Amino acid sequence: MKRRFLAYPYLLWMLIFIVVPLLLVLFYSFTTATEDGFAFTLDNFKTFMQPIYLKVLWRSLALAAISTIVCLILGYPAALILSSRQMSRKSFLLFLFVLPMWMNFLLRTYAWLTLLEKNGFINTILSVFGIEPIQLLYNDGAVVLGMVYNFLPFMVLPIYSVLKKIDPSVIEAAEDLGANQVTVFRKVIFPLSLPGVFSGISMVFMPAVTTFVISRLLGGGQYMLIGNLIEKQFTAVYDWHFGSAVSIVMMVIILISMGILSKYDNDREGGGLW
Amino acid sequence: MVKNAINRIYLFIIFLFLYAPIMVLIVFSFNNSKSRSHWNGFTLRWYIELFQDPVIKKALFYTIAIALLSSLIATIVGTIAAIGIHSFNDWKKTLILNINYIPILNPDIVTGVSLMILFIFARIKLGFWTMLLAHITFNIPYVILSVLPKLKQLNSHLYEAALDLGATPLYAFFKVILPEIRPGIVTGALLAFTLSVDDFVISFFNTSSGVTNLSITIFSMARTGINPKINALSTIMFLTILILLFIVNIRTSKEVKEEKAK
Repeated sequence: MKRRFLAYPYLLWMLIFIVVPLLLVLFYSFTTATEDGFAFTLDNFKTFMQPIYLKVLWRSLALAAISTIVCLILGYPAALILSSRQMSRKSFLLFLFVLPMWMNFLLRTYAWLTLLEKNGFINTILSVFGIEPIQLLYNDGAVVLGMVYNFLPFMVLPIYSVLKKIDPSVIEAAEDLGANQVTVFRKVIFPLSLPGVFSGISMVFMPAVTTFVISRLLGGGQYMLIGNLIEKQFTAVYDWHFGSAVSIVMMVIILISMGILSKYDNDREGGGLW
Repeated sequence: MVKNAINRIYLFIIFLFLYAPIMVLIVFSFNNSKSRSHWNGFTLRWYIELFQDPVIKKALFYTIAIALLSSLIATIVGTIAAIGIHSFNDWKKTLILNINYIPILNPDIVTGVSLMILFIFARIKLGFWTMLLAHITFNIPYVILSVLPKLKQLNSHLYEAALDLGATPLYAFFKVILPEIRPGIVTGALLAFTLSVDDFVISFFNTSSGVTNLSITIFSMARTGINPKINALSTIMFLTILILLFIVNIRTSKEVKEEKAK
């Protein structure tokens, strides 16, 4: 069957709307505007190497890493409980984990704004006990909270789906051979669940590194993550060349971390990242 | 027994964390004051004002129009493209699929920025059409990835048999191939629609101030001063999704039952 021609319109579309835009970003990142057009330069990347911008990069990576670890610590036990044999109404509980994801993610983040504000819900409750209002918003903690809140289901679901597939007879065999519960978890359940852990880590870490919305809403207008830095270059400063260079750096970081994670994944289980 | 209780308490705390903000949002959408912490009595006035707000009405219109158009076009283009891609079977197919993956794996902000550069570079004015093109671009890959597995399951001899029996290629496509791959197309279309409704980042970079969808409106409102109308809007959206999921759930469980009855 020769139906290849059916793909040609989309191949053209891909070329125009996927390949060319990325090449343009690459082009802008290595050029600077001169009077008669563009000139090749590495200055955009050199600018990024300044301490002020490296600090932004470091903060983005650190906050994303902290959020990922918190998600793992909170999410793993939840997935474990959900997949345990005694748990009834499993599909309903799973549905409860997915449901918030169907709500617009800006609204979910905005909801925390109303809780954490100076005269918001939490501070009002605290004031009933005579506690002075605390500044809960516009700091690193608030941004991490927003990330954990938004991305926690992305950690729970992949771990749950791997745990669910573990053959109960493997666990029973370990128990028969005299392993106690801690040993069973350490030697059997946890190693078998690692593929789920890795895909959970990548599904939380990637969006956390690149976000600019959570940091803007919960971190305040001056708060800078790498996403905010890119956004500012295109919507406020209009330095497309520097913005493109930062975008390229971010893409490379994402690609490297995805490569590392999928390598771990492949070593153990085989199959794709997701 | 004790362990089971601890497990339940732990899950309860996690769900409290996930749902507390949503519940507070819903409760205070009925609050008869602009305050988001003091309860001043029940009112529906934010719901009434919501539907009189020209900005929100316009945003709602653009959100739905873009979602419908982009998912429709993406579904058609994506399905046709998937059939074409399916008949490639060498390194070209791998290359095409890898490029197809780029919008899915790339950070949204990079996709948004790169498309914005393209539009401005080509001197296309940002607005409704650029936002629509951007949405189609990030929707098509999902449609292709939903349709391709169905094409793989398809028995290619069925199509040939239809041709042997005198069907034109077009007739054979609509009568033989389309019914077989329909579940994949429906999944892709639904996925495209929800992604489009939910998108903020890519829309944000590819529109002008006159054309905003709901996400962009919420973003700008949340920055300039929060309004209970957003609470009312989120309550409506949350309940709509809840009802839709409920209906889908009932339908699928019915289907499962019917399958079992067979």
